[in-house]
Amino acid sequence: MNIEDIRSILGAKYIVGEEWKEREVHTACGSDMMSDVLAFMKDQSVLMTGLCNLQVIRTCEMMDIICVVFVRGKLPDEAMIEMAKEKEIALLSTGHRMFAACGMLYEKGLRGGPDYK
Amino acid sequence: MSNTIHMSYEVPANDFTRAGEASSSLKSSLKKMGVNPEIVRKVAIAMYEGEINMVIHATGGKIDVVISPEEIEMVLKDQGPGIADIELAMQAGYSTAPDNIRNLGFGAGMGLPNMKKYSDEFNIESTVGVGTTVTMKVKM
Ligand SMILES: Nc1ncnc2c1ncn2[C@@H]1O[C@H](COP(=O)(O)OP(=O)(O)OP(=O)(O)O)[C@@H](O)[C@H]1O
Ligand SMILES: [Mg+2]
Repeated sequence: MNIEDIRSILGAKYIVGEEWKEREVHTACGSDMMSDVLAFMKDQSVLMTGLCNLQVIRTCEMMDIICVVFVRGKLPDEAMIEMAKEKEIALLSTGHRMFAACGMLYEKGLRGGPDYK
Repeated sequence: MSNTIHMSYEVPANDFTRAGEASSSLKSSLKKMGVNPEIVRKVAIAMYEGEINMVIHATGGKIDVVISPEEIEMVLKDQGPGIADIELAMQAGYSTAPDNIRNLGFGAGMGLPNMKKYSDEFNIESTVGVGTTVTMKVKM
């Protein structure tokens, strides 16, 4: 699926990166703890999170994550938006909570990475 | 030593929003040098975890990076409180981070295990009351 599919499945809105909506997403990761996210290395991923600070964008930059979905209607601030634009990370916001948002994407075939070893 | 490049970064104390700038800057430099993206990512993640630790557990510090055709070496040095039991600190899930740090998305106790996982060589030396030095190497 691509970024636009994720937006439509979650009824989310674009904060940054509508122009990158065709980019393919292969895997997903859902967490509010950034080191949990950093333990996971996969290409072209989307991050689902309820955390909303600059380190979320930094974490995605380090991991080459191409899209973040903020759950529970969280909205990134100006500094986060600026950094996301610079690093070409799409930012979406959905009103769904974490469990429901992850389940909706899973149902449509998106999967996580391998188990932590 | 014509084929080695040295880089040095200061990590400011108590500035959570700026944490990660050094790792971001190194990542951009490595990308420009044309280093394999998988290797760039491993270096970036390992250094970022270390940089965050220097900010949340110590009082900032200094990071020295040496890039050679064979490997990328990162030395992260701080003058923070040090770590009394390194074996314990290395265990996945062990963290002394307080709630306010957890609310910022850190303190899962996964940073040091991640640093070890993403580097080919990992060494940590620490003295309580003096500071901590982490050395990591990632092979090209
Ligand atoms: N530079 C440091 N100076 C002093 N103590 C440190 C330093 N780095 C790590 N520690 C200690 O080791 C523990 C484990 O570190 P680790 O990076 O694995 O987890 P964390 O930082 O607590 O959480 P996470 O990295 O998942 O956000 C820390 O909670 C802290 O007690
Ligand atoms: Mg840590």
